[in-house]
This record gives sequence, C-alpha cells and structure tokens, in this order.
Amino acid sequence: MKYIIKTLLFSFVLSSGFAQQTPAPPQDQAIAIIGAIAHIGDGKVIQNSIITFENGKITNVADASTVRIDRNKFGKIIEAGGKHVYPGFIAPGSQLGLVEIGAVSATRDAYELGDLNPNIRSIIAFNTDSEVIPTTRNNGVLLAQITPRGGWISGQSSIVELDAWNWEDAAYKIDEGIHLNWPRISRWSWRTQTVSKNKDYDKQVTEIEDYLTEARAYIDAKNRLAKNLKFEAMRGLFNGSKKLYIHVNDIKSMTQAVLIAKKHKIRAVLVGGRDSWMIADFLKENNTAVILNKAHDLPPTVDSDIDQTFKTAAILQKAGVLFCFYMGDSPMQERNLPFQAGHAVGFGLDKEAAVSALSLNAAKILGIDKTVGSLTPGKDATLFISTGDALDYRGNHLEFAFIRGKEISLDDKQKALYRKYSKKYNHKIK
Amino acid sequence: MIKKQLQLSTLTFLFSLLLLSVQAQITFPQNGVYDNRDGHYAFTNATIYKSFNEKIENATLVIKDGKVVAIGSRIPVPEGAVVIDLKNKKTIYPGFIDMYSSYGIPEAKRERNSGGAGYFSAGQQKLSKKKGAYSWNQALKPEFRAHEHFTIDEKAAKDYRDNGFSAVMTHQEDGLSRGTSTFVTLGSGREHTVLLKEKAAHVLSFKKGVSTQSYPGSLMGGIALFRQTYMDAKWYQEHGHKNEKNISLEAWNEISELPQIFDVRDKLEVLRAAKMGKEFGINYIFKGNGDEYKRLQEIKAFKPTFILPLNFPSAYDVEDPYDAMAIPLSDMKHWELAPSNPARLANAGIDFAWTTKGLKKKSTFWKNIKKAIKQGLTEEQALKALTHTPAQLMGVADRIGSLEAGKLANFLITSGNIFGEKTKIHHNWINGKVFVLKDLEEPDMDGTYALKVGQQNFELVVDGKMKIKINDTTSIDVKHNYSKGLITLSFPPSKEETKIIRLSGTTSDEDKTWSGNATTIDGNWVSWTATRTGDKKEKSKEKSKKKGKKKKDNKKEGNQDDASGPVLYPFMAHGWSKQPTQNTYLIKNATVWTNEQEGILKNADVLVVNGKISAIGNTPKAQGGQIIDGTGMHLTPGIIDEHSHIAISRGVNECTQESTAEVSIGDVVNSEDINIYRQLAGGVTTAQLLHGSCNPIGGQSAIIKLRWGLAPEAMKLEGAPGFIKFALGENVKRSTWNNNDRFPGTRMGVEQVYRDYFTRAKEYSAKKGKTDHRVDLDLETVLEVLNSERFITCHSYVQSEINMLMKVADEMNFKVNTFTHILEGYKVADKMARHGAAGSSFADWWAYKYEVIHAIPYNGAIMHREGVITSFNSDDAEMARRLNQEAAKAVKYGGLSEEDALKFVTLNPAIMLHIEDRVGSIKVGKDADLVLWSENPLSVYAKAQMTFIDGIKYFDRKEDEQKRIEISTERNRLIQKMLAEKKGGGKTQAFKGRRMHHYHCDDMEDEMND
Repeated sequence: MKYIIKTLLFSFVLSSGFAQQTPAPPQDQAIAIIGAIAHIGDGKVIQNSIITFENGKITNVADASTVRIDRNKFGKIIEAGGKHVYPGFIAPGSQLGLVEIGAVSATRDAYELGDLNPNIRSIIAFNTDSEVIPTTRNNGVLLAQITPRGGWISGQSSIVELDAWNWEDAAYKIDEGIHLNWPRISRWSWRTQTVSKNKDYDKQVTEIEDYLTEARAYIDAKNRLAKNLKFEAMRGLFNGSKKLYIHVNDIKSMTQAVLIAKKHKIRAVLVGGRDSWMIADFLKENNTAVILNKAHDLPPTVDSDIDQTFKTAAILQKAGVLFCFYMGDSPMQERNLPFQAGHAVGFGLDKEAAVSALSLNAAKILGIDKTVGSLTPGKDATLFISTGDALDYRGNHLEFAFIRGKEISLDDKQKALYRKYSKKYNHKIK
Repeated sequence: MIKKQLQLSTLTFLFSLLLLSVQAQITFPQNGVYDNRDGHYAFTNATIYKSFNEKIENATLVIKDGKVVAIGSRIPVPEGAVVIDLKNKKTIYPGFIDMYSSYGIPEAKRERNSGGAGYFSAGQQKLSKKKGAYSWNQALKPEFRAHEHFTIDEKAAKDYRDNGFSAVMTHQEDGLSRGTSTFVTLGSGREHTVLLKEKAAHVLSFKKGVSTQSYPGSLMGGIALFRQTYMDAKWYQEHGHKNEKNISLEAWNEISELPQIFDVRDKLEVLRAAKMGKEFGINYIFKGNGDEYKRLQEIKAFKPTFILPLNFPSAYDVEDPYDAMAIPLSDMKHWELAPSNPARLANAGIDFAWTTKGLKKKSTFWKNIKKAIKQGLTEEQALKALTHTPAQLMGVADRIGSLEAGKLANFLITSGNIFGEKTKIHHNWINGKVFVLKDLEEPDMDGTYALKVGQQNFELVVDGKMKIKINDTTSIDVKHNYSKGLITLSFPPSKEETKIIRLSGTTSDEDKTWSGNATTIDGNWVSWTATRTGDKKEKSKEKSKKKGKKKKDNKKEGNQDDASGPVLYPFMAHGWSKQPTQNTYLIKNATVWTNEQEGILKNADVLVVNGKISAIGNTPKAQGGQIIDGTGMHLTPGIIDEHSHIAISRGVNECTQESTAEVSIGDVVNSEDINIYRQLAGGVTTAQLLHGSCNPIGGQSAIIKLRWGLAPEAMKLEGAPGFIKFALGENVKRSTWNNNDRFPGTRMGVEQVYRDYFTRAKEYSAKKGKTDHRVDLDLETVLEVLNSERFITCHSYVQSEINMLMKVADEMNFKVNTFTHILEGYKVADKMARHGAAGSSFADWWAYKYEVIHAIPYNGAIMHREGVITSFNSDDAEMARRLNQEAAKAVKYGGLSEEDALKFVTLNPAIMLHIEDRVGSIKVGKDADLVLWSENPLSVYAKAQMTFIDGIKYFDRKEDEQKRIEISTERNRLIQKMLAEKKGGGKTQAFKGRRMHHYHCDDMEDEMND
C-alpha cells in the first residue's frame, strides 16, 4: 500500500478524539520524509533532506539533491519541503507521570520520605496515562528522564519514551542514575527572615562523602551476610553503569561536587548549574556535563546580570562544556523545554547547538546517545516534523512525530476541548 | 565672705551622701532625723555650653535644689555654695537626651498557642483577646500609659549615664498604637522624682508586635487599620460615645494633641506613614532607620522631624570572593554611606534627635557620632540633636536641653570637647545630683616614664593603656588602677615570666613623678619610682590635629567623604546615579506595530516629543533631539501586565477577613524592586499590582508605570481608575489549609459573601446622609464598585463560579470588569461577552491545581473570537520578563494573527484597565511608552533593545552593559575599602541576606510580626 501525503490534514488529527489514549502500534511499513530541513542534532543541517526509517530504526539520512530513493520501497512517503525535522527532544530531570496536579497531594509521587533513598525507583510510579504527557509530546519532547525528588539522595531515575501502555512498555533505560541533592551552602531562617551561611555545610558534605565511602566498602566486601538495599542500589555508581546526578547550583558546591566525584571515580553530571558559567573551564577540564536549569528563571541576585539565566548556555557552549536543559519541578512546563533553548539563542547560543542541547547532547549526558538523540542511520527513528522552527513559538507545530518509528498521536485533551468549544461557538478553526 | 572651699578629693564622699538626702520624697514617711540639704554648688572656671550653639569660656554655673540658679561668665559665687573649681580645664554640657527607648518599661509578652502566627496550621483569631471595653484590634493600645508601668532600672540607667545621657523617652515597644511614652530623667531614687513628663508622646508603628490577632497580616492592612481608626476616633468623639463606651478610642482622642511618634522600618515606610498622616493632618516625628538619605528629597517634602539611630553597619567579611558575591551592592554601599545620613538630613534642613536604640553597646553611639561628624555633620548639629531638638520635640525645652536659670541641673562635666578623640566624661549631674564616672582630679598620665623597681629599669609607655616597652614591636601589658592619688601597677618583668611584680604608690601632679613600694616576683619589698621622660604621642597628636583641621575645612563646605560612591535611585545595583530625563526622539525606519487601524507599518518613523507620540509616518519632522536608527527592528507599544505582584512591600494578601476592600496595594508600592528593571528589559512599561487571591473581596490595586528610580508615588499612573481584586475558588475556600475556619469554605459560601456584602453596601449607602454615620472603609470601597467608580479584577478559574459572579453582578447591579486567570473562560466566553467582562489569562499554564485541570492554551483564542477583550498576564516576576513570548503562544495555540496576539499584552490590557486613552497603541497624542525590539517581538529570539516610558529611555541594552561594568567596579572599590578597614583593625561582620519577595496570588504569611 502506498500513501502520499502532500499536506497535513490538521482537521483529521483534530477530529480523531482522545487518540492519545491509544499508544501507537509498532512501525509496520518503511517511511520516508522527503524535502525537509533536517536538523541532525550534532550541529549539522541538511536543507533538503531524505530521511528513511524502517522497523523503528533510521535507515538513511541524506541530501535529497544528491541522493535519490526508490519510492516504491516505502509504505509511506511524507513530502515535507520547507518543513523541519528534528530528533525527538529529551526532557531530563522531569516529574512527568509522577505528578499530575501539583496542589493535589494524592496525585503527587515525586518526594519519598527520608534523607538517603538510593534504592527508590521512579520508574514504577511513572503514569503513562498522565494527561500532561501528550501536551508535552506535541511540542517535540518525545523522551524524558523521570526523576524522583527530595532528601539528600532522592533515588533513581529512568528514561522513558512518552508513548506507552505502561511503565514497562515506556522504559527506555531503567534505573540509569542516582540523584543527589548537594547540601545548601546558605540557610534561610524563617524567624529572622534572613539568609546566612549554612554552618553545617562542611559537616554535611563530609557525611555525604562518608556515605559514598561506606557504600563502596560494602560493595567491595566479598562475603556480606546482611544485605543493605540502599548500598546495593549504589553498586552501579562504582562500576560505571549508573551516573550520579548531583543537583547543585553555587560555585563552591559545584567545584567540591566535581572533585569528590572524581576522587571516588563516579561519573557525575551536575543538575541545576546556576553558577556553572563562572567555572566553565574547570567543568570542561574535568569533563563534567551540566543539565542546566531552564533559561526562564530569575537571576540569582539583585546584582546579577539581568540576562544571566538567558546567557549561561552560550557561555558553556563557547567553553566546550556539554550541557542540556531541564524545566525543574512543574510537569506541565515540560512542553516549554524547546523554548528555553530558543531563548538562549537570542542571547548568543548557536542555533544548532541549541538543537543539540535538546537532543544529542541530552542523550549523551543521559547515556542513551548510542541509540537515540540524532538523525543518524542505525539509531531509533524517534523524530518529529514541525511546520517551522521548533525552537520558536510560531514555528513549533508538529505535523508528525515518531517514536521508534511508531507514528504517535498528536492529539491531546486540550485540543479536544478546543474542538468541543469551538464547535459550540461555531468558530472556524484550522 | 566665707567660702566653703573644699578639696576636690573629698567631694565624692559628699556626693554619695547626697544620694540619700536631696531626693527625699515629700509625701513619704521619714525614718530618722530629717537631713535636707539644698545641693548648692558653684562650678567655676569652666567652659560651658549653655546650649548647643552658645558657648561661654571661663564661666560659672550655680545650681541649687536640683535647678540651675545662675550661669554666666561674670557671676559671683554665692554664699553657702560648695565651690568646684574646674581650673579652665573642664567643659560643661547640658545633659543628653535619648529619644527612643524602653527603659524601665516591662516588655510585652506574646500569649502562647494562639492563632495568627502559623497561617496554615492554626485557625484565625478574629478579635482581640484583651478583655474589657477596648479596641477590637489587639495591636491598638492607645490606652497604654508607659508612666504607670515605669520603674527605675538602675543597671540600664547607669549604662545611659555613662554615655552622657540624663534623660530618655521610654515606652512599651509593642503594637501599632503603643499608647503614650513617658519622659524620664536617669536619676536614681524613687520614680516620683524622675518622671519629667508622664504622657510624653503617642507612639505608633507598622509592627503588630505581640498581638496574636490575625488582622492586619500585611503592611497595607496596617495602614488601612490606622485610617479606619483615625476616622472611628473622630466619629466616636462626635457621635459614637453616645451609644457605646470604647476606652481605646477615648484614649486615642485623649492623646491626639501629644507629639505623634512613628517607628518605621525603612525610608519607604517614612513616606507611607507621612502620606497617611497628612490625610489626617498629622506630621509625625519619625523614629527612622538611618537609611533616610536614600529617598531624601521625597522625605524632605513632608517636612518631618526624626529620631535617628546611629546603627551604622560594620564592614562585611569579603575575604572569600565567592562568599562576597552574596552581598548585594546596596548593603556594601550602605556600609559606606550610612554615616553620612545625619549630615545629609541636617543639610536638607531636617531636624533630628538621636537614640541609642538598636546598638548592642551604647558606647558605639559615640564612636558613630564621630563617624557622622567625619562625614560632614557639624559638632553644633550633633550637639543640637543631643540636647535642643529632643527637648523641643518633647515640649520640655523649658526644663532641659540647655542650661539656664530655672532649668533642671542636668549637665555633664567633661575633660574637653565632647566630640574629641580622648575626651572623658567626669560627672553626669541629673536633677542636681552627681554621678561620678571619672574622678575630676585624675591626672593626665599619658607619656613615657623611666620606671625603676629596686634595681630593675623599665620603659613605661602610657597612652590610655599602660605598657612596658621591650623593643619597637614587643611590649608587656601593665594592669593599673588609679584612685584618689593612689596608683597601683602590676606586670611580669619579662615576656617569658609568669610571676608578677606589684607596685603601689602615689602620684604627684607637679613633677609628674610616681613613687612607692613594690613586691618583686620573689616577694621582697623594694621601692620604686617612675619619672616622666616625655609626651610619647606628641608627634602623632600633631598629625591628627592637622588632619582634624583639614576635616573641619571639609565640614564647612558641607562635603561628605569624597571617596564615597554616589547614592543610587533606587538604592541598589542597576539603580541610577543620575535619573534619565525626557528627550525628543525620532525612531527611524522601523517596523511599527501601531495596534491601530494602520496595522503594522514597514519602514516607518515615530517621533516622540515631550513624552508623547507626536508623529507617525514615513517622514515626520525631527525637532532636534536624538535619532534612533530602527532599521531591521520592530517598534511596539510598551507591554502592559494586567496581573502583577512585583514592587510590593510586606504582603500581597490581607488574608484575614472575607472582605478586605479597605486595604490598598497603592499604599505599599515598593519602588526598590529589581524586578521593575528586569521587566523593563522585557519591554514592560505598565503593570497592575494586584492584591492576592486570599479572600472573595480582596484589596485595591495600583496601576504603575515602571519608572525605575522614581519613588512609589511617582510610579503610579496618574489618573488611572481604581481597581479591586475579587477572588473565587480554591484559594478563597482555602483548599490547601489543614483546618480553615474562615468563611467561606465552599464555592456556595463564596456566592453568599458577595450577596451579603453588596446588600450591606446598599444599606450602608442609604444611611450615608445621617449625621451620626460611621465611615466604614470596607463598605465604602464596595460601594464604589456599585457606583461604577471602581472596577473589579476577579481571580477565577472554573465556569460555575464565573457564571455565578456575573449573575450576582447582574442582580446587584454592578459589573465584573475583568476575570483574571479565567482559565475556563472559554467555556463561558459567550456569557462573558454578553456581560461585558474582559478576560486576562495565562497563556498555557494548567495542571498545577485541581481547578485548572480543564485549562487549555486555546483559552485566549476562543475568548477573543467570542468577542471578549482578552489579554495574557504574568502573575509572576519571571514570566513578566517575556510577555511578548507569552503573546506568541496565542499564535501557536489557536492560530491568532500576530497583530492580534501582540494586542494580548498591549492594547487589550490597556482597554480592560481603562487606560487606553494613554497607552496600549502607537497613536499620536498617546504616551510615548515604546519598545524597540531586535526583531519581530513574537519571536523567541527577540530582545527589547530600548524601552521608553513617557518619552524617557528607562532601558537601553547597550547602557545596561555599561551598568554591569559600573556595578562590578563599584563592588570592587567597596570590597577593597572593606578589606582595608579590616586590616586597619575595623570590625567586620558576616553577611546575612534578606529574602527577595517574588509574590504570587497565594502568598499569605503574616508580614506584620516584625
């Protein structure tokens, strides 16, 4: 069978009801996207491209002006001249599927009790049926790192695809890292309404380091009788199979965190990284990546450069530090992830480096770049087509999105309500 | 003639006897034989300051029965007086006055386990817990009388006296109205004799103190409560007293003629209280905070007087460069400039008195006065603030503050100029009774001595402290004591020795030689002598004299320390040292989004003259001024944020009642919020500062222009209509509280609040003509809504409640001007259009609380298509920096045209705020509130390059870069200065930061408990 789809029939998508409730079936035909501006994810762009994929894997990415394909070999050909194709964007540090409605505690599953919870696993609480997920997907975010919060060690994150029947189905890389909230260097006193130095900071850092040392000793011991589930969960940190995501923002703490991770031979990634721009060279030297807090944030102090949060990404890029963006605590904001990168472009970040931050570099930081994150033959066909520049509000309109070749629904609850009420008022909508 | 010429050394004995006799209390029974003495003294050969500006040399002061009898240079010493010859070496000053204290007054105690403090855990306390016919509000205590609670606190009194004070004003430092203070001398004995003026002043503040009552929970609530109380007091006096007894209101009226002292937290509270006072014809005396110089011009305009603390901060620890980053420039600058505050006020013609309140050690007071003098305050001004001004302010200048016949014998005898580096206070006479701080005849021992103990020789150096000099860098401290001609010294003979040599002997004034007996470290008695060899410090003294002269010259010119940085407006990083001014601008060849019928003009010019848009088109005539090349750029009207909570001081919510229509954000606009500047950089020029969403009828809002650098009143948009915040739904019914006990608890109850209030407002209106009518500021405001004199902005989410309010409005005959948030507006957009309500929404927020689960980003588009005036707002200090991007979401979600989308953040909010005649579009005659963007403003890549308000360029991206350099340079200069201070032995402190408030609708902690 052969379909040629010249233009996207938005109304078809819009009238298809709550299609997001039904995850897409596996790719059953070869698909080719022809003529699109392909943003590879590694900084390269092909203005007039051919992208083909089959059985969930990308089979070819080429320049359409030099390479021709046999159209008959494809079950579906998407003519996408002038449109943009991107690797699926990745949302690190996300609470998607863990928190549905922020103010309703019954719908919150991100914060576990206790200070040291390396054994806690976010994946099992990930709700694939969250209504927030389709709205996120529809702006190009197709993968997310589902991350627990709270305590000193919050637990383990897992990376999921954002179209699945259940968490097992969604899981892309399970328990891939442990999240550590670095002690705060300053303290807020409610009574005096003042911020002052955390006098226990050094002690707390020592306690954390001691905990790592103890875990290491536990793991190195050959004949342990009593099992410690918490230390068991940390085994991966010391054999290189798990990363340590250190949530940390100020210079001193970041520097210490990097040095301590190095000393214990742990692969660390900094999350937050508010002041990372001030130690960019140090981070580069130590080969430490940063999952940067969103650009849409206020500068840290009154004296700070008013554009600091917009500029940090560009500074990291120039210094050669590997970085990506994350949105913080609010799942409904995940859909604005692409625009953090876009905003940073306005303040000096290279445009394709911004795309990389959302795709390949995020994949590298999360350790999934071998199979996803760029438009590269052999990698998963996890990608989307946007009518325009997906980093800009005016261009970010998805026409197609694929996760491992599965054509996923682009409908969501909000679109359905839009249709419902537009119909009530007889508004003509596209 | 017989004179009782006494030796000075015997005086002290006499003085101690005086303690018992002169102060005898006439109504008290006497145990023993009467021993009344008249305390008759003549102080001769003195330099006397009769008052702060009248100094007489070689003069005599005669006192008797605790009063001055005579003072002058040629008066005879009367018969029967004890003569104290000051030998032309000592100076007499009128006793000093501390104008603000809690001396001898018990501290107010907070009751435990009461509401008010923990908003989310405890219930609310609606009424005062004070039993009896008192005010409904526990923080109003006009009936408190400090003099009824006053007891002499000898320990505290001594501390004051040791620093030269002879009288203080004291009160119970608790509450909004603290009742009366009392004015007392610092004598000992019985309270009866020290109370100088029992009801001295009415003291007020914006601090709730120990009151456990919930109201007021915000600064604006406090201001509203004062307004209502001033009106209630008047009403009570005229009518109310006929029907009820209210001890508090009676007391309020009773003390209304006294000086009114207002204790403020900072310079903005001065302006707020001064404005409020003016409404009721009151000119407060402010107990300030020492930062008045930061808004001096505005403060000066109220012609206030001050009680100033001398709480100059010490330098901060800045040795760790990373830690130093946490210290804001404003704090560093205040460290440098605070000592210049008194001089700046004095030079501005503002009278002030002083207080030691807020100082950990009272001796710091003198250190700091000297700092203030270094910064340009004259000694005369300093003396005036210590004597004349406080006496004048308290209405006791006929008794203290200067030395004249008939006035109290309250004076000091000092070793010289009181502001001199080494001057000591010898005596503090209070009510004719002496307190000896330092023996009058204690010799000046400074110098170097050849000390011989037995066979051992030492070099002794006396310079305040005593030391045995070993060599240029090493010395041994000598413990010493002097008393009535007898001197004792003790020290180890060498650095290594732990045993001590002890000396005792006598001094001789004539040859400055000391001698006596000593015990050596072995316990043997030997004789010792110390022979003066020279004035050790002569050289450096001369140096400092020279310096002093230089400084004096400076003082004459009224100069502050030249090395200090400028005052910034507002006083913080990114503030102006020079406020930008209006200019004629011709912006050429830009893409102009007019928001008018002309639509988007390409390659157009816009001329700005006198703050207005004067011409639009391709070749308007330039009339001088500055030409800005807009090639490739886009010019739009300034962004208007319908829903903002920036620039608000101490509380965005007055949560404590279901209606708080009486409170107003307009009373608490905070011009010193960095978010104003940050938002200018995002193109915002106008914002409605809204009350929070805590109660069905919230407070009044303020519409401001983001005129960075100006004071709060000057930021307000002139002639803007009044608005009030209403709120529905979860916040109002307090869904997230553990145990809410404030009505309403459901949406059903919310409706009834409105029906009740509007019904009562109508009844209230009907009674308004009557003479005994009591003005109720709450209902008065609700009535304004009914009279279409005030517009509603209503926080709302779900369709049922939106529908409800419109129904109530229709029935009660008022209109809902704007529904804000209105995330389900799309469900009832047709009804909103019919009612005429506007909708101001978030672009894409949802799922953060239950009532927004049906929120959709298409909401704006649907409301717009249905004919509702629609805008997007921020409700958030961060989002407001990029409202142009939020507008772009109306293109993304719902497919609006770019032109219509931009109107969501410009013209449409102007229309719903009824200010579209001034702002919102680029039209000839409208205010020149303009933003020049680097590219299409709806692009995620667009940056505001310049932002104009009233034709004044408040933001320029290039100048901002320059500002960053200036901030960094100024920080570095101050850090170096602090390091030098520390190196020079100056005190330093660790920095404690304050939290930056970024308010949202539902922030509601109590901001009034200090």
